[in-house]
Amino acid sequence: MAESVEGIKTVVSCGDDRSKNTIISTKKIAPEDDPASNVDVDKIEAINKRSWSEKLAEYKKKPGSLILFILVHLATLITVLSIGFLLVYVLVKGIPNLNADIFSWEYTSDNCSLVPALINTVYMTLLSLLIAGPIGIFAAIYLVEYAKTGNKLVGVVRITAETLTGIPSIVYGLFGMLFFTNACGLRLSLISGALTLSIMVLPVIMRTTEEALMAVPKSYREGSFGLGAGRLRTVFKVVLPSAVPGILSGIILATGRIVGETAALIYTAGSVAKMATSLTDSTRTLAVHMYLLSKEGLHTDQGYATAVVLLVLVVLINFASDKIAGKVAADKAN
Amino acid sequence: MHVVFLIAALVSIAAVALICVFLFVNGIPAIKEIGFGNFTLGEIWKPTNGYFGILPFILGSIYVTAGALIIGVPIGLLTAIYLAKFCPDNLYKIIKPFINLMAGIPSVVYGFFGMCVLVPMVRSIFGVNGNTMLTASVLLGMMILPTIISVSETSIRAVPDKYYQGALALGATHERSVFKTVVPAAKSGVMAAVILGVGRAVGETMAVIMVAGNQVHMPDGILRGVRTLTTNIVMEMGYATDLHRQALIATGVVLFVFILIINLLFSIIKRKTVA
Repeated sequence: MAESVEGIKTVVSCGDDRSKNTIISTKKIAPEDDPASNVDVDKIEAINKRSWSEKLAEYKKKPGSLILFILVHLATLITVLSIGFLLVYVLVKGIPNLNADIFSWEYTSDNCSLVPALINTVYMTLLSLLIAGPIGIFAAIYLVEYAKTGNKLVGVVRITAETLTGIPSIVYGLFGMLFFTNACGLRLSLISGALTLSIMVLPVIMRTTEEALMAVPKSYREGSFGLGAGRLRTVFKVVLPSAVPGILSGIILATGRIVGETAALIYTAGSVAKMATSLTDSTRTLAVHMYLLSKEGLHTDQGYATAVVLLVLVVLINFASDKIAGKVAADKAN
Repeated sequence: MHVVFLIAALVSIAAVALICVFLFVNGIPAIKEIGFGNFTLGEIWKPTNGYFGILPFILGSIYVTAGALIIGVPIGLLTAIYLAKFCPDNLYKIIKPFINLMAGIPSVVYGFFGMCVLVPMVRSIFGVNGNTMLTASVLLGMMILPTIISVSETSIRAVPDKYYQGALALGATHERSVFKTVVPAAKSGVMAAVILGVGRAVGETMAVIMVAGNQVHMPDGILRGVRTLTTNIVMEMGYATDLHRQALIATGVVLFVFILIINLLFSIIKRKTVA
C-alpha cells in the first residue's frame, strides 16, 4: 500500500485567488495513509509561474497576444498619466499662488479672495443636504421597509430616480431658474440654488441608502419584531443604525457633487462674490467663482490657486467616502 | 409615519414631472412660434435678426461627443480590461483610487486644465486658434474615462471565471482568452458604459464652454471652433429676453429629449443584462 502511494503526482488547486489559480504539484509525498495531510510544503513548486524569458518566447510565437498585451498596458498608462498630469500640473502651478491675499476675508477685484465663495459653498452644501438628506433617506426607507413586494410604485420611483441621475446639470439649472427663481419668486438666491441641487443629489442619496438598508440582515428585523417592537421602532432603532456607514458614504458622495457643481448654479444662485447673510442672498460657490475667474481671463494665477483648493476639497471628500465604503465592505465580509 | 415615507418616495416622481412640465411649457411655445423645422434644422442662429436655427449646436454636440467617444472608449475599455484581468493586486490598490478621484474632479477644474494646457498645445501643434472641436473632444474623452472604466470593469468582473479558464485550458493565451471569451461575454455591460459616457459628454457644459470657442456657425472641421447645445444655453441666458430666452429654453428641451432617449437606451440594455 505504502509503495504505491509514493511517487504519485498530486495536483492541488487553491481556489482563493481568482485572478491566477495557482496549480501546484508535489513531486513526492510522504508514504502515509492520508496523503493530503502530509504534503511536504517545501517541495511544492508552482508549475504555472513563468519567468520573463519564457513569457517573451511565448509572445514571439503569438504576436497578436503581444500586441494586445502592449495595448492594454499603454491604455492604462495613458489614463494614469493624464490624471497624474492634471493633478501635478494644477498643484505645481497653484500652490505658489496660495498667498494671504487669496484668503482675505473680503472679496475685491484686486485680491480675488476665495474665502466668501468657500463659505458660501459650505452653506450651499449644508442646505442642500438638509433638504435632500431626509427626503432621500425616508424615500429609501419606504422602498425597502414599507413597500410590499410587487408594489408598482417602487418600480416607478426607481425609474424616475434613474432618470434624475442622467439629467445634465445645465438642465437642472434651467429648471431651477424657471421654477424656483421665477415661478416660486425666490430670485437668484442661496435657497434657489440649494433646492435645485437637492433635486440633483436626491437620487444619489436615495440609491446608496437603499443599498445600505438592503444589506442589513433580515434576522435583525425579525429579532426586533420578535421582541415586540413595531415597524417604525425597528426601522429607527435597529435597521437605520446598522446602515449608517452606507448612508454616510452616499451623503459624502452627494457633497462631492454639490461642491463641484457649476452649471446648475449660475442661473439659480447667481454670482455675487459676497458672503451670504440670509437665505435669499445671491451667492457664488467656489466652483462658480473659479469659472468666473477663468472666464475673465485676467486672474489665471488666482484661478490656479482656486483650482488647488477645489481639488484638495474633492480629494478629501473622495478619500472619506472611499474609507467609509471600504469599511462597509469589510463589515459585510465579516 | 408611513405617509411621511410615502411622500418622500413620491418626491422624485414629482421632481421628474415638474422638470418635464416646466421645460416643455416654457419651451414648446417658442418652437411653435419659430416653427419646428426652422428651429431644429435652421442653420443660422441670429437672435437679433429673428433667426433661431439650432442645427449648428445639435451637430456640434454630436461631433464633440463622437470625438470624445473615439478617444475615450478604446482607452477606457482597455484600461478596464487591464484593471480586471492584468493588474497585480498591489498596483490595483493604487490605480483604482485615482480613477475614482478622476470621476470626482469638478468639470470646471477639467475646463481650466483644458484652457491652460490643451488649448495652447493644440495651438502650437496645428498653428490654429486653440479653442477647437478637437480640444473639446480630447478633454471630454478624458472626462468620460472614469465612467467607462468603472462600468466596464464591473461587467468584465461579473463574467464567470469558467469562461476564462475554459479558454485557457483549450490552449489560448491569456490575452486571447480575455479578448475572445471574457470581453464578448461582457458586451452589454460595455455598451451600457458607452451609453453612460455619451450621456455625460452630451450633457457636459462648463468644461466644453472653456475650450470649444463657442462660435455660432455650422461645424466645419475639427480645427475650428464649435458651439454645443449646452454651451449655447449658458452663453446667452444671462442677457436673453422674450423669444430669444424662450428659444434658449427650447434648446434645453431638445437637449433634455436627447438625454431621455439616451437614458431609455441605457435602461433597456441594463434590463437585458439582468434578464
